[in-house]
Amino acid sequence: MVRLIASIVGAAFVLVLGIALFGSIQGVRNDPVAPTAESVAHKHPKELELASNGVFGKFDRRQLQRGFQVYKEVCSACHSLRLVSFRDLTKIGYTDPEVKAIANQWVIEQPSINPETGEPATRKNIPSDHFPSPFANEIAARAANNNALPPDLSLITKAREDGTAYVHSLLTGYTTQPAALLKEFPDIKTPTGLHYNPYFANLNIAMPPPLTSDGQVAYADGTKATKEQMSTDVSAFLTWTAEPNLEARHAAGFASIIFILIFCGLAWGAYQNVWRDVKH
Amino acid sequence: MSFPWAKQYEPKLPLTRWLDERLPVPRIVYNSLGGGYPVPRNLNYFWNFGVLAGAALAIQIVTGIVLAMHYAANGAVAFDSVESIMRDVNAGWFLRYAHANGASMFFIVVYTHIFRGLYYGSYKAPREMVWLLGVVIFLLMMATAFMGYVLPWGQMSFWGAQVITGFFSAIPLVGDTIRIWLLGGFAPDNAALNRFFSLHYLLPFVIAGVIILHIWALHIPGSNNPTGVDVKGEQDTVPFHPYYTAKDGFGLGIFMLIFAGLLFFFPNYLGHPDNYIPANPLSTPAHIVPEWYFWPFYAILRAFTADFILPAKLWGVLAMFGSILLLFFLPWLDSSPVRSMNYRPKARIAFWVLVADIFVLGYCGGAPANAFYVILSQICAAYYFAHFLIILPLISRSERPRPLPNSITEAVLNKHGGTSPAHTALSTAPTSQGAPSAPHAAH
Repeated sequence: MVRLIASIVGAAFVLVLGIALFGSIQGVRNDPVAPTAESVAHKHPKELELASNGVFGKFDRRQLQRGFQVYKEVCSACHSLRLVSFRDLTKIGYTDPEVKAIANQWVIEQPSINPETGEPATRKNIPSDHFPSPFANEIAARAANNNALPPDLSLITKAREDGTAYVHSLLTGYTTQPAALLKEFPDIKTPTGLHYNPYFANLNIAMPPPLTSDGQVAYADGTKATKEQMSTDVSAFLTWTAEPNLEARHAAGFASIIFILIFCGLAWGAYQNVWRDVKH
Repeated sequence: MSFPWAKQYEPKLPLTRWLDERLPVPRIVYNSLGGGYPVPRNLNYFWNFGVLAGAALAIQIVTGIVLAMHYAANGAVAFDSVESIMRDVNAGWFLRYAHANGASMFFIVVYTHIFRGLYYGSYKAPREMVWLLGVVIFLLMMATAFMGYVLPWGQMSFWGAQVITGFFSAIPLVGDTIRIWLLGGFAPDNAALNRFFSLHYLLPFVIAGVIILHIWALHIPGSNNPTGVDVKGEQDTVPFHPYYTAKDGFGLGIFMLIFAGLLFFFPNYLGHPDNYIPANPLSTPAHIVPEWYFWPFYAILRAFTADFILPAKLWGVLAMFGSILLLFFLPWLDSSPVRSMNYRPKARIAFWVLVADIFVLGYCGGAPANAFYVILSQICAAYYFAHFLIILPLISRSERPRPLPNSITEAVLNKHGGTSPAHTALSTAPTSQGAPSAPHAAH
C-alpha cells in the first residue's frame, strides 16, 4: 500500500518535472537569454597582495595608519564608519594622546543635546565615541549624493565578494566607457551624475572617482601617495575595520591546531593500543 | 540492548552503591555508553558520525547560550548587537564564528551520518524507529538553523525569512492567513525576529530530547554494522568502552581539526557576504540563497516552473517538503531483507548515483536561477524522487544480492585472511588498565 501511493506520488513529481523541463528547454530554444552589458563587461576584482592575506596574515600597522589617513581626508566626507570607535585606533598603533587629539579634531561632531535649552546640538568627539556619520540621516545622505546612499564602510570588505580586492579594484578601476560596449548595449550609456566603473556590478556607479591625483593625501610617514598606494592602504585599513581581531584569530588558530594535532596523535595511539589484540 | 554476555554494572564504592539504589544514572551511562553496551567489532569510521553529531549539538548549545547573553533580538539593534559581540565582547568573535561554523559542521556530520544509514540499511527492521526519530531530528535541525540564520538580521537573514515564510502562502485558501499569523505581521519584522529567537533557543533542547529517544531506540536492538549481518555471539562484539570511546576520541580530534581550520582561518567561507549588510526591506539582493546545507532542497523548490492542475509554486513547496518527508517511508519502500549495500550490487549503483545527484542539486541550489541551472535541477530532482519512490522499491524486489557472510566474525576473519578458530577469541574483558589475558594461538 505504501509502495503504491509512493509510486503514484513519485510518478506525479516526475511528470510535473518533465513538463517543467520541456517548458524550460523550449524557453531556451525559442527565447534565448540575451547577454547583458553587465555579464559582458563586469570585471572581477584584481588580486591584491596585503600583509593580512592568507593564513599567516598580520596587519602592517604603518599601512593601516596611512589607510586611516586616506579615510579621514578623502572618504569620511560621505562615508560613515559607525561600528568603529576612536579608541579602537590604539590598536593600529596610535597612542592615547594621539587618539584623543584625532577625536577632538574630527570635523564631524557627535550629535548631542544642549544641556540648557534641550535642543539638538553637537559636541566634540571623545575616544569612546563611535565615528559619527557625515549625514544626519539617510534622506540627507541621498539628497547630497544624487539620490545614492554612500554605504557605511565598517564592514565593506566582508560585505562584498572578495571585498578587500574589490575595494581596491573599484577605487582604481574608473575608466571611460568602451565605445564597443556602448554600440552593442546602448542602454548602458552612463547617465549624467554617474560614472563608468567595470568593477561595479551595475557598471555605472554614483560615486565619483575619489582618488583623483597622486599626492592627494600627504602621508605622515612620508610614503609617496600614488593613487595605487592610497587605494591599497585604504583597502588594508577597511580590512582592519571589518576584522579587527584577525591577528588574535590567526594566533589562536595556530595554537589550537597544534594542540589538536597533539591530541589527535595521543588519541590515535590510545585507539591503536586499545584495539591491538582484536581483529576488526 | 543487553546481549546476554553484556557486562553488568557493579558499583564498588559506598557512594556509588547508594546512588545506584536511588537514581541509577551511572548504571544507565554504563549500559548505554560504557562497558555494558556490546557493539559489533567491525564498525568502520562512518559509525563515528553519530557521536560527532552529539558533540556538534553540545558545541552549538554552549556557544549559543553564551551568545544569547549578549545578543538583542530587536530589529533596530540585532545587527549591531552581533557586531558588538564580534568587536567588544571578550572572545566574542570566537563565539560567533564557532556558532556559525559549528552549524555547518553539524550539518556536514549529520549528512554523512544519514548517508551511512542509507548505505548500510540502518533504517531497516528492527531499527525503523531509530530512523524515524532521526528524520524528526533532521527536520528540527533545519528549522533551528533557518531561524538562527535570521537572527543577525542581515540582508540574507531578512530576505531568506521572506522567501521561506512565503511558502505558507502557497497553501490554497488559508495560506496567506497562516503566513501572517506565523510572522506576527505582513512581512518579517520585529515580531518575527523575536519569536524566531525564542524558538531558536527552545528547539535545540527538543532536539536533545529526541536524540535521547533516538539512542534509546537504537540500544534496544543494538548497533548495525557494515555487513548488515546480525550479532550472533560474544565473539562478534566488543564493549563500547574502551573500544569505541577510544575510536570516537580520535574521531573527535579530526572533527576538531577541521572545525578549527574553518573557524580560525576561513570563518566566512561558507557564509554569504550579503549578510554583512544590515537588513533592508526596500532593497532586494541580486540573488537570494540560503546557507549551503539547504541548497539541494532549494534546487528542488526552484525546479518546479510549470503549472499542472496545481500552481508551480505549490508544487515546488510540496516537493521540497516531500523530498524530506519521503524519508519517513524508506523502511517500507525498500523491502530487501539485505541491509548493507556492500551485498546489493544494483542498489549500490543507484545509491552512488543518488549521492552524485544530491551534490549536483546542491550546486544548482547555490547558483542563480538561470535556464542552465533550472534544467539541471529539473533532471536531478526527477531522479531524486524516482530513486526513492520508484527505483529503490523496484530494485529491492527484483535484485539478487551477493551471498552474506554467516557472521560478523567470519567477515572480519575473511578480511584478515586468517582461518583458525582460535583467532576469533576476543581477549576477555580488557579493563582500562588490563592487558589481554586470554592466550592466542600463534599465527
